[in-house]
Amino acid sequence: MSATAVHSLWTTASGVTSAAPDEKFKAPVIEYTQLAPVLIVIGVAVLGVLVEAFVPRRARYYTQVFLTVVALVAAFAAVVGLAAGGYGTTKAHIAAMGAVAVDGPSLFLQGVILLTSLVAVFTFAERRLDPEAHGNRVDSFAAQAASVPGSDSEKAAVRAGFTTTEVFPLVLFSVAGMLVFPAANDLLTLFVALEVFSLPLYLLCAVARRKRLMSQESAVKYFLLGAFSSAFLLFGIALLYGYAGSVSYAQIATVVDGSIQRTDPALADTMGNDALLLIGGAMILTGLLFKVGAVPFHMWTPDVYQGAPTPVTGFMAAATKVAAFGALLRLLYVVLPGLTWDLRPVMWGIAIVTMVGGAVVAITQTDIKRLLAYSSIAHAGFILAGVIAATPDGISSVLFYLGTYSFVTVGAFAVVTLVRDAGGEATHLSKWAGLGRRSPLVAAVFAVFLLAFAGIPLTSGFSGKFAVFKAAADGGAGGLVVVGVISSAIAAFFYIRVIVLMFFSEPKADGPTVAVPSPLTMTTIAVGVAVTVVLGLAPQYFLDLASQAGTFVR
Amino acid sequence: MENLIALLVAAPLLGAAVLLCGGRRLDRAGHWLGTLLAAASFVVAVVLFTDMLGKGAEDRALHQKLFSWIPVEGFQADVAFQLDQLSMTFVLLITGVGTLIHIYSIGYMEHDERRRRFFGYLNLFLAAMLILVIADNYLLLYVGWEGVGLASYLLIGFWQHKPSAATAAKKAFLVNRVGDMGLSIAIMLMFTTFGTFAYGPVLEATGETSEGKLTAIGLMLLLAACGKSAQVPLQSWLGDAMEGPTPVSALIHAATMVTAGVYLIVRSGAIFNAAPDAQMVVVVVGAVTLIFGAIVGCAKDDIKKALAGSTMSQIGYMILAAGLGPIGYVFAIMHLVTHGFFKAGLFLGAGSVMHGMNDEVDMRKYGGLRKYMPVTFVTFGLGYLAIIGFPGLSGFFSKDKIIEAAFAKGGTEGWILGSVALLGAAITAFYMTRVMLMTFFGEERWRRTATPSPDAPDVEPAAETRGEHAEPHPHESPKSMTIPMIVLAFGSVFAGGFFSIGDRFLHWLEPVTGHDHGDAPIGASTVTAATMVALVIGVAIAWAMYGRKPVPVAAPRGSLLTRAARRDLLQDDFNHVVLVRGGEHLTRSLVYVDHTLVDGVVNGTAASMGGLSGRLRKLQNGYARSYAVSMFGGTAVLIAATLLMRAV
Repeated sequence: MSATAVHSLWTTASGVTSAAPDEKFKAPVIEYTQLAPVLIVIGVAVLGVLVEAFVPRRARYYTQVFLTVVALVAAFAAVVGLAAGGYGTTKAHIAAMGAVAVDGPSLFLQGVILLTSLVAVFTFAERRLDPEAHGNRVDSFAAQAASVPGSDSEKAAVRAGFTTTEVFPLVLFSVAGMLVFPAANDLLTLFVALEVFSLPLYLLCAVARRKRLMSQESAVKYFLLGAFSSAFLLFGIALLYGYAGSVSYAQIATVVDGSIQRTDPALADTMGNDALLLIGGAMILTGLLFKVGAVPFHMWTPDVYQGAPTPVTGFMAAATKVAAFGALLRLLYVVLPGLTWDLRPVMWGIAIVTMVGGAVVAITQTDIKRLLAYSSIAHAGFILAGVIAATPDGISSVLFYLGTYSFVTVGAFAVVTLVRDAGGEATHLSKWAGLGRRSPLVAAVFAVFLLAFAGIPLTSGFSGKFAVFKAAADGGAGGLVVVGVISSAIAAFFYIRVIVLMFFSEPKADGPTVAVPSPLTMTTIAVGVAVTVVLGLAPQYFLDLASQAGTFVR
Repeated sequence: MENLIALLVAAPLLGAAVLLCGGRRLDRAGHWLGTLLAAASFVVAVVLFTDMLGKGAEDRALHQKLFSWIPVEGFQADVAFQLDQLSMTFVLLITGVGTLIHIYSIGYMEHDERRRRFFGYLNLFLAAMLILVIADNYLLLYVGWEGVGLASYLLIGFWQHKPSAATAAKKAFLVNRVGDMGLSIAIMLMFTTFGTFAYGPVLEATGETSEGKLTAIGLMLLLAACGKSAQVPLQSWLGDAMEGPTPVSALIHAATMVTAGVYLIVRSGAIFNAAPDAQMVVVVVGAVTLIFGAIVGCAKDDIKKALAGSTMSQIGYMILAAGLGPIGYVFAIMHLVTHGFFKAGLFLGAGSVMHGMNDEVDMRKYGGLRKYMPVTFVTFGLGYLAIIGFPGLSGFFSKDKIIEAAFAKGGTEGWILGSVALLGAAITAFYMTRVMLMTFFGEERWRRTATPSPDAPDVEPAAETRGEHAEPHPHESPKSMTIPMIVLAFGSVFAGGFFSIGDRFLHWLEPVTGHDHGDAPIGASTVTAATMVALVIGVAIAWAMYGRKPVPVAAPRGSLLTRAARRDLLQDDFNHVVLVRGGEHLTRSLVYVDHTLVDGVVNGTAASMGGLSGRLRKLQNGYARSYAVSMFGGTAVLIAATLLMRAV
C-alpha cells in the first residue's frame, strides 16, 4: 500500500477528496464540549489509576468510589446538557474530524449507559454482603487479582485486607469505550472504542473473590473469543476500506449507494468490488453480533456471565448490550442502508435462531446466572427484530427497549448478589426454592424483574417488547414478530418457573440466607424496580424521548 | 310531558330497590309500598295516555333521552325512551293489570313470610317490563328483556323450598337463554348491518338492505320471541312455570311478559315485512303453537297447567296474526290486550279457587264450587265466555278479527291458516268448557264423605287444619282478591267491544303498525258464523264428555293422544333425548378431545421443547475452541448467505 493511500485515510475523512501528498498537515478540530461525557469519564479513569499509585491503601476505596460516582454523574449531566442544547436533534452533527457523531441516538444511549453504569457501580462498591475477613470488609472482588488462587500469597493478601480497588478505574475505562462505541462514525474509531471497553471487561471478569478459578476461566474464554471476534471486525474493516477507499461511515455509504464514483489510484483494483463490501460487511456484523450475544456468536455468554463477579455480570449484561446495539444500529442505518435488502434475510435468520435458541436452551438451565445469560440472548433476538424493522420507529423502539432492559438486568443481578450461603452466592436454582416464604420482599422484587423479562403488561418489559414488535410488524417483518411472540411464550415458562419455585415450593432446610445489603445495592434494586414499574405504567414520555432521539446524523 | 316517561319506570324500580334492600323493617308495610308504586306508575300512564289522546295521530309519539349509555366512536347506545301508541297500549296493560295483581297479591300472599320480597320482585318485573316496551332502541329493549327474564326466574322459583319450583325456575331460565341468544345475535346483526340499534334508523333502513340479512335478523328475533312467549320449539318452560305463585302466573305468564315476543315482532314489523321468508316462519310457529297449546290444554287436570296450555295457544294466535304482516299487527295487539284481561282474570280466579281449596290444583278434585265461590264463579265464567269468543264479549271481537285476517292472507295459505285458527277456536271452546265444568259444576268431588251436604257450615278453617289431608272447606276469597277479579271481568266483557266498534283500536294503532285489509276470500259475516259453529261444536263435545257424565276423580288412562298431551306432547322427552343426551355426548366428546388432543399437543410441545433444550445445551460444552468454531461457522454462513443473496 502506497503512502498516498495511507494518507487519504485521514484526508478523505476531513472532506478533502483529492489528496495531494505535499499538502500541509492540518491540525484536527476537536469539539471538546461535545465530547465532554467521554472526556470526563476517561479523565477520571486516568485519575483513578494515579489514585491507585499514590493514595494510601486505606483511603483508596472511598476515593475511588467517590471519583467514579462523580465522574458518571458529571458525564450524565454533560449528556443532559448536550441534549438540552439541541445536539440530539437540530444541532446534531459529526464531531472530531468525522470520528464521533453527536446526535440523538448517541446521546440517548450514552445517557442510558451512564445511568446503568452508575447503579451498577453501586453494586461494585457493596461491602456488606460477605462476612468480614480478618476484620476487614470485603466486596465481590479478589483481594489481589494477581495472586494464584489458593496460594499463600492469596491468603496473605486476604489477611492484609487488600481489595482490588482497580475495578473502579477499569469500569470507567470500559464506560468511556462504551460511550464512544455507539457514537463512532468511522470504522477505526469503532474498533478503538471496542477494544477500550472490552479489555477492561476481560480483566473485570477475572477478579471474583469467590470461585476464582471459574472467574479466571471465564475471563480467558471471553478474552480469546473477544480477540477472535475483534479479528473478524478488523478484517471486515480492511475489506470495507478496500471497497470504499475510506473508513468514514458517510463516505462508505456514498460509495455503497453509488452516488459518488471515486477511484483512488492506489485502490483501483478493489474499489467498488461488491464482494469486498459484502464480505467486509458480514465480518463487521460478526464482531458486533458477538458483543450483543446473538446466536451463533453467543457461546461465551453463559460461561462468562456465570464466572464473572455478579456485579460485573450485571454491568456487562446491561451496558455492553446497549453500546453494541447502538453501534449495530448506526452501522446498519448509516453505512449499509444500501445493503438492507442483501442483509435482511441473513439478519432475519440470526434474529430467529437467537430468539428461539436463547429461549429454548434457557428452559433446562439450573443456575440462575446462566438462566439470565440465556435470557439475555433471547432478548438480543427480540431487539434484533426491532433493528431489522429498518424504519425510524425501529430505531426508537430499539433505543427504548435498551433503556428498559438495562435497568431490569442490573436490578436482577443485584438481587442475585443478595441470595447467599456459606459458599458465597447461591446461584443454583434448587436453592431458590421457597425463597418467597423466607424473604418475601426480595422474592417479590425478583419476581417483578422476571415478569419484566417475560414481557408481562404493566412492566417495562411489556412496553419495550410491544414497541419493538410493533416496529418490526410495521416494517414488514411480521414473520419475525410471530417467532418473537412464540419465543416469548417459551421464555415466559422459565421465568414463571422461577417465580413458582420461589413462592410455591417448600423452603429447604439448608437453604441460602438473604444478606441485608447496604443502601448502595438497595439503591440499585430500587432504581431497577422503579424504572421497571414506571416504564410499564407510563411509558409514553420515554417513548416520545426515544422517538425524538431516533435520527442518525449522516 | 315526555319527562314523565322515566317516571313510569322509576316508580316500580324504586319500589324494587327499597323492598329488596330495605330488610325486615319493611315487612309490615312493604306490600302497601309496592302496590302504591305500581299504582303510581299506572297513574302516570293514564296521564300520559290522556295527553296523547289530545294530540293528532301523527305527533303522538313522545321521546325522552336520559343519558348516553355507551358513547364510543361508532358505537352509540343511549338510554332513551319512546312512547308511541304501541308502547302506550302495553304501558297501560302492564301498569293496569300489574296494579290489580299487586292488590290481589296482598290477600293471596298474606300468610307468606317472604311477602315483602315477593312484592319487591313484582316491582322489579314491572320496571323491567316497562323498560322493554318503552325503550327506543334494541339494546335497551334487551336490558328490559333480560330484566323480565330475571324477575320471571325469581318469581317462578319463589317457593324455592319446593324442589319442583326450583327446577321449574331453572328450566324457564335455561330455555329463555336460548331465546335471549337469538335476540343478542339479532342485535349484533343489526349493528353490523345498520350501524345502530335505534328503532327509527333500523326500521327505516330496511328498504335498502338485502333480504338475506333481514331474514337472518328476523329469524333471530323470532327465536327470541319463541323463548319469551313460549312458542314451539321453546315452549316447554311455560307449563312448569305454573309452580310460581298464581298472581305471578296471571301477571307474568299470562298477561304481560309472555306477550313480549308479540311486541318484539310487531315492533320490528318493518323487518318482517321486508323478509317474507321470516314472516312465513312466524306464521307457521304461531299456527303450530296455537294447536299444540290447545291440545295440551285439553288433557291437563291441573287447572293452572290447563290455563298455561291455553295461554300458549292464545299467544299462538297473536304470533300468527303478527306473522300475517300489516293485515294482522293491529289484531295481534288487540287480542293481546283482551287476552291480558280475561287470562289474568282466569288465573286470578284459579288462584281464588286454590286459595279456597287448600292449594289443590287438580280439577278432578274440584266440582260444584259455584255455590261456595259465587264471585269467583261469575268472574271466572265471564273470563271463560270471553276466551271462547262468546258473542259480544272481548274474545269474540279480537279472535274473530284474527281468524278473518288469517283468511285474508289470501291463497292456499290463507285457507290453511284460517282453518287452523278455526280449529283452534273449537278446541279452545272445548278445553275451557272442560275447565269450567270440572271446577264449578258437577259433583263435589272434594268431599271425603260419600254424601255431599250443601248445608255444611261454611266456616273459615283454622290454619292448622288446612293440612294436606284435611277436607277442604271451599270459601270465597277476601275482598282484596275479588275486587281485582271483578275489575278484570269488566275488561273481559267490554274491552273487545270497546276496541272494535268503530274500529277504535285500529285507528289508534294504525299510525304505528300500518294496516292492510288484505283480500278476504269470504265475507266477515261468514267467518263469524263459522267461528260460532266451531264454538258450539267445542262446547257441545265438552258438555257431552264432562257435563252429562260424572267426572272420575282418578284420571282414566285415556287415548294415546291424551296420554301424550298430558306429557305436554312429549316436549320434555324430546328435549331430553335430543338436547340433554346430545349435549352430554357432545360434552363427553369435547372433554375427550381436550384431554387427548389438546392436552396432548400442549404437553407434547412442552416435552419436545424440553428435549430440544437438553440437546442444544450439550453444544455448550465449555471449550473455548468449540465456541470459536461456532463463531467461525456462523461467520462463514453469514458471508455465504450474504453473497448468495446478491447472486440470487
